[in-house]
Amino acid sequence: MGGLIDGFGVVLEPANLLYCLIGVVIGMLIGVLPGLGPAATIAILLPITYGVEPVSAIIMLAGIFYGAQYGGTITSVLLRLPGEASSVVTVFDGYALAKQGRAGTALGIAAIGSFIGGTVSIIGLTLLAPVVAGVALDFGPPEYAALSLFGVLLVATVGNGSRLKAVIAAGLGLLLATVGRDTFTGASRFTFDSLNLADGIDFVPIAMGLFGLGEILYNLEERHHKVQAPVAVANAWPSRADLRQSRGAIARGSVIGFVLGVLPGGGATLSSLVAYAVEKRRAKEPERFGRGAVEGVAAPETANNAAATSSFIPLLTLGIPANATMALMFGALLIQGIAPGPQLVSEHPDLFWGVINSMYLGNILLLIMSIPLVGVFVKILKVRPAVLAPITVLITLLGVYTVANQVFDMFLVIVFGVLGYLMKKFGFEPGPLVLAFVLGSVMETAVRQSLLIFGGNPMGFFTRPISGTVLVALIVVLALPGVRLLVRRRKEKERV
Amino acid sequence: MSEAALREELAEDRPPHAGPWSQLGAAVVAAVVGIAGVIGSLALGLGRLTQPGPGLWPFVVCVVVTVLSIILALVGRHGTDTEQFSRSSVQTAVAVLTLVVFASVLPLIGFEIPSLLLTFVWLRFLGKESWVSSVAISVGTVVAFYVLFVLLLQIPLPRLI
Repeated sequence: MGGLIDGFGVVLEPANLLYCLIGVVIGMLIGVLPGLGPAATIAILLPITYGVEPVSAIIMLAGIFYGAQYGGTITSVLLRLPGEASSVVTVFDGYALAKQGRAGTALGIAAIGSFIGGTVSIIGLTLLAPVVAGVALDFGPPEYAALSLFGVLLVATVGNGSRLKAVIAAGLGLLLATVGRDTFTGASRFTFDSLNLADGIDFVPIAMGLFGLGEILYNLEERHHKVQAPVAVANAWPSRADLRQSRGAIARGSVIGFVLGVLPGGGATLSSLVAYAVEKRRAKEPERFGRGAVEGVAAPETANNAAATSSFIPLLTLGIPANATMALMFGALLIQGIAPGPQLVSEHPDLFWGVINSMYLGNILLLIMSIPLVGVFVKILKVRPAVLAPITVLITLLGVYTVANQVFDMFLVIVFGVLGYLMKKFGFEPGPLVLAFVLGSVMETAVRQSLLIFGGNPMGFFTRPISGTVLVALIVVLALPGVRLLVRRRKEKERV
Repeated sequence: MSEAALREELAEDRPPHAGPWSQLGAAVVAAVVGIAGVIGSLALGLGRLTQPGPGLWPFVVCVVVTVLSIILALVGRHGTDTEQFSRSSVQTAVAVLTLVVFASVLPLIGFEIPSLLLTFVWLRFLGKESWVSSVAISVGTVVAFYVLFVLLLQIPLPRLI
């Protein structure tokens, strides 16, 4: 409990307050602007974290992450244009409400739901994280090997698009992580005698290239709809009846978001879809959904914020990022010389509790800002992507140069930017690659140490309770779609 | 409006999918990387399970990549998740070229002129902004960057002035 209170002390330092505010404002802005998502923004801003205190840096990056969830809502409701993938379902009822002149109601409910979902999740995080970290202190290499494999494969298979391609991308990420000196034997691997590659590829250029530049290049080919004239916002807060109606949706959304956020690959997008589906199924008149049901806004918006927050749990307690954005946080912590894992709570309590508490504060800031600033955000939407693109490109290239004053890093970003663009063109998600790259060396070290422990017997992983359970769970999850397919085929045959 | 129709409309305005050859091409490229990795790992030395060599882990990873790529080549041909390259893809290629030029000349002549030209080309020719706003925004951006990076943050960027 002492840590929790000290954590508030950390957040209330003026510098950290400022970084929290900067983070949530940037997050809201990029949430409003279609195109760059939170992952791209965090990737582009990674170089800044070199010059900032670790706690402040993570507070700011976290702010960008959950601020973006708020911002995405605004465009979904007013313009039928989801700024973020996690706000897509909000469009159905949010825009319908806006057309009825109740945009203020939709935004208000979304803000309140987000706030409650975020807060419930933070409370869960506060209670659960130290417990998980405590258990994880006993984990050895086999447990880490199993958990990181579980994390990478689940992220790869839950995402949208081809699972096969996602796993291949993850494999390439693991391969890229082996470039450089082998820590066990000192041998140089895949460096092609280049001095620049002798110490391996840095995480920053990979993330900035694949997420940042790749996204910018991909968006150059005009893909986005023309922005429509926004619906006017009457400054109407949700009425008591609205609040009563969405009470259940917010409660359920909080729980769904919290639980799905913790799971690898879950995260904000999936939880918003699930929360919406649950409300629609539970509703007495499901036909109201899509025509302006307040619950249809409350449920997904609550869930995506709850999930955004709870997805910090695996990162801060196990050192396993649950999604691509968390992989970036992982990288940012490594830049600061902090290895996320079960020791984090005891070794860096200021960071752990500071970041958690900054989310309470950030959520309050967002709640305060989101409604009065709607007009400003609508104006920002008029900024053309064509103007933003060159500016973000400059920030990216100059930013990566400043990290080590290396021209080579700029070329790495360009190479990975082109790779990111081509991957998207050919249906490969860059997320699994970055995540696998981040976990690559952890995973290899854990696997090799485990082999030493087991005397060279790979089946040894199944002899330890936790690593065995995780691996069996993984096999079940991976086999499930195949089994389902077989069952369906057999049924079809019977019918014929 | 029905949910399905809205979903359809919201789907990004992606160009038509590129057909079986692009799927096959992607799978072949991935398989080639995998096989090259397998060969490279073998050259590094696998060691034994009781004493893993530097090549063992990359070997395992590359075998998985290769096998999955072959499966992709066999079953993935009818996927619709690849995108055709269109005339606007040429723009992307031009954009990449400007970045390469930028990174090449930056250490020689400082960041000001390359930044100015990069922003201008992107605004005027890739973004189809007007001449006036292209000039104004690119000059404004470089001045802002100069103030931020050089004067305020004092980051050692290569520069003219």
